[in-house]
Formats: sequence, structure tokens, C-alpha cells
Amino acid sequence: MSQVPRVLYCHCAYARVVPEDVKEAVLEGLTASELAFDTVADLCELAAKGDPALKQLAQAPCLKIAACYPRAVKWLFSAAEAPLATEGVEFINLRVLNAETALERLLAPELTTVIEAESTAILEETA
Amino acid sequence: MIQNAAPALRIVLYEGVGSQPLAAPERLELFRALLKKGYQVTRALKDGGVSAIQEGLLLVLGRFTETRPELAESHDGKVTVHVRELGERSPQDVVALVEEVVGELEAKAPGGWKPWFPVIDYDRCTNCMQCLSFCLFDVYGVENKKLKVLNQNNCKTDCPACSRVCPEVAILFPKYKQGPINGDKIDPEDLRREAMKVDISALLGGDIYAALRDRSDKAKSRFSKERDEDRALKERQFCLTKLQKQLDIPDEVLASLPTMEQIQAKAARALGSSEEPAS
Ligand code: SF4
Ligand code: SF4
Repeated sequence: MSQVPRVLYCHCAYARVVPEDVKEAVLEGLTASELAFDTVADLCELAAKGDPALKQLAQAPCLKIAACYPRAVKWLFSAAEAPLATEGVEFINLRVLNAETALERLLAPELTTVIEAESTAILEETA
Repeated sequence: MIQNAAPALRIVLYEGVGSQPLAAPERLELFRALLKKGYQVTRALKDGGVSAIQEGLLLVLGRFTETRPELAESHDGKVTVHVRELGERSPQDVVALVEEVVGELEAKAPGGWKPWFPVIDYDRCTNCMQCLSFCLFDVYGVENKKLKVLNQNNCKTDCPACSRVCPEVAILFPKYKQGPINGDKIDPEDLRREAMKVDISALLGGDIYAALRDRSDKAKSRFSKERDEDRALKERQFCLTKLQKQLDIPDEVLASLPTMEQIQAKAARALGSSEEPAS
């Protein structure tokens, strides 16, 4: 994939479902990087409000999303009428990955194939 | 689902041409402070790589080396850009500056929403309407004959009850602690367990024990011997309490369960009044 991935980071403001140390370490790594990126205080809030920013993000040809479970992220975008493409999206699950792995995948210049495969598998499993 | 489609203010930390890049620790503190206040923040560099902005209000912050107009507009008038100099402000002072601009522009501030609402996995949903029937607070409705979350603000915080009755494990609460309701992948055991809980008639009608019977041989023998009505009522209460604990259902919800007739009538009404797709 030759496209530079767009990066979206969710700070998950409520409920403490994403471990604080992972969230903080990933934000620190991201802000120390040479990347341009988007951050949101709470992706659930954007979905709840149907924020048009989600549509703009969903249209990106290549997108990495650091948030929570792929199935949740996929359907949050869908709920905001901003469906994600079936290809070219990598889900980086901050609820389960350690900070190091999450950051490594987020900062990689291309979509990480292993995650793409995992994400697809997860989405297919649920289909 | 959508509460209000008005775009929120987006903050852009500009570090491209005509500006001085920030030191990493300062950048981190700024992001932290603004995210904590609920803002969306984008870091923009010379080569972009961030999401294109097609509409809304942008507040661009930077340490500019060239003079910039404070206000600009996209040619189609859909994006208004407000530019402010960061200067030597501390992160707290930057937050204050942002809040001042939000006030001046009467922009939509972050917050004012309820972080607990159901999200439907339409890859799984079979449109059976059990959730709509079950929910006492009219969170669900029907649009174009399809189940929809229509009144998400009516949802009771921390109540995952409707996701428990969904036979397809199609209702997510992203902020729930456990899978698969939080969006984690679904394994066959989840499906079996959820299926056991789903029969609304069992949950509400005469045979609440059916689901529990499936779990416990002990319970099975006790129920089969049961004759006394008072005892049955007590058992029913006991089982409801047990079920409530297992399913994490708040008292408020369980205290006012509708009757089976009410449930069926509600689903029929919702389907009947669903509008055809607009041409
Ligand atoms: S999308 Fe996931 S990580 Fe982001 S706010 Fe919602 S639950 Fe938290
Ligand atoms: S109970 Fe589940 S499958 Fe049935 S309509 Fe609701 S979400 Fe869809």
C-alpha cells in the first residue's frame, strides 16, 4: 500500500475502558513522531453526535484507527452514517494491545498486514 | 441515532510552512490539555496526511513566522478558519484561548451527550425487534422497516439489558467492560449463552426458569417438583434477582417489565408505522 495512512487516535474520555497507561504512552509516542494525525477526545461522542468529521475520515483511502475493538469502531462509524471501507483500514485496539505494539503499528509507514488480517478475520467472523 | 449533525469545532495545531514546529513535550502537553477538555485536535504538517476538512469551524493554532489573517473562509463558504498565535502560552492558557474563541463564535462546545448508548452490528442483526420490544425507554424505533437506535439519550447508563435479549449478539455498548457486548469477537460459547437468555417469553412470562434450568440440574429437579403457587412466586423472584445479577440489569429496568401482550403490541406498532424508503 503506497498511500500514507491517515492516523486517528481516540483518547476514550469516559468509562476507563482503555488502560490509562496505554492511552498516555501511545499519545506520547504519536506526538513525538514526525506524523500528521487526528485525535479525538472520544470517538463514541463523535458517533453519537453524527459529527461530519467521521465521514471525512471514512473517505480516507488508507486509515489507521487507534481506539478499541474493531467491531465497535466499525459500527460506531456506521451509526454516524460514515461507513468505513472494507479495505485500507487498520484497527489498533488499545484495549488489548500493549503500548509498545500499538505504537509500533500506528507509526509504521504502511498498514500492518497482520492487523489487517486480524481485523478482517474479526469482522468476517461477525458477519 | 444522530443527535445533532452540526460539526464541532476542530482545532488544528499547525506546524507547516511559515511556522515554527513545537518541541515534542510541549506538543504532548497541548494535546493532553485539549483532549482532556473534549476537543478534537489535528496536527497538520507541510505534507498534510490529516483528514480533509469539508465543513465547519477550524481554529488553527501555531507559532507563526509570517503574519496571518485571523479569519478566512473556504471558497464555498463551508469552512471558516480562525487563526490564533500560540506565542509563549502555557497549555492551560491555550485551553483558555480556545474557550474564549468558542464563546465568541458561539461554537458547539464538546460534551452535552450521554456516553452510554447501544450500537447495532448490522452484519448480525436479523431485525427480529426483540430489543425494541424489550426496551422500556423507547431507545429503539423502526425506519424503513429496519431496527434503528432513535433515542440514544433515553438509554439508562450502564444498562446492557437489551444486548442481553438480542439473540444475535448484535447490540454493542462500546464502553461496556466485557465482551462480546463491548465489541470483542464472538465465540460459539457466547452465542450459546446469549441464545439461552434471549427468549423474551421465558424472561417475562410464565417460564422464566427455562433459561436457568438449562444451567443447573439442581434447579431442574426443584422446578419439576414445584406445585405451590406462593413458592413459585418466591422462586420466580429469586430467579429474577439471580438473572438480574448475571445480566447486569439495573433495578429500575427490571422493576417495570412490560407484559408479553404489551411487548408484542409494541413491536407490531413499530413495524406498522415504519415509513417506506423515501424515493
Ligand atoms: S471508540 Fe472505543 S476507545 Fe474510543 S471512546 Fe469509544 S469506547 Fe472508547
Ligand atoms: S434484538 Fe438483536 S437481532 Fe433483534 S432487532 Fe434487536 S439488534 Fe437486531
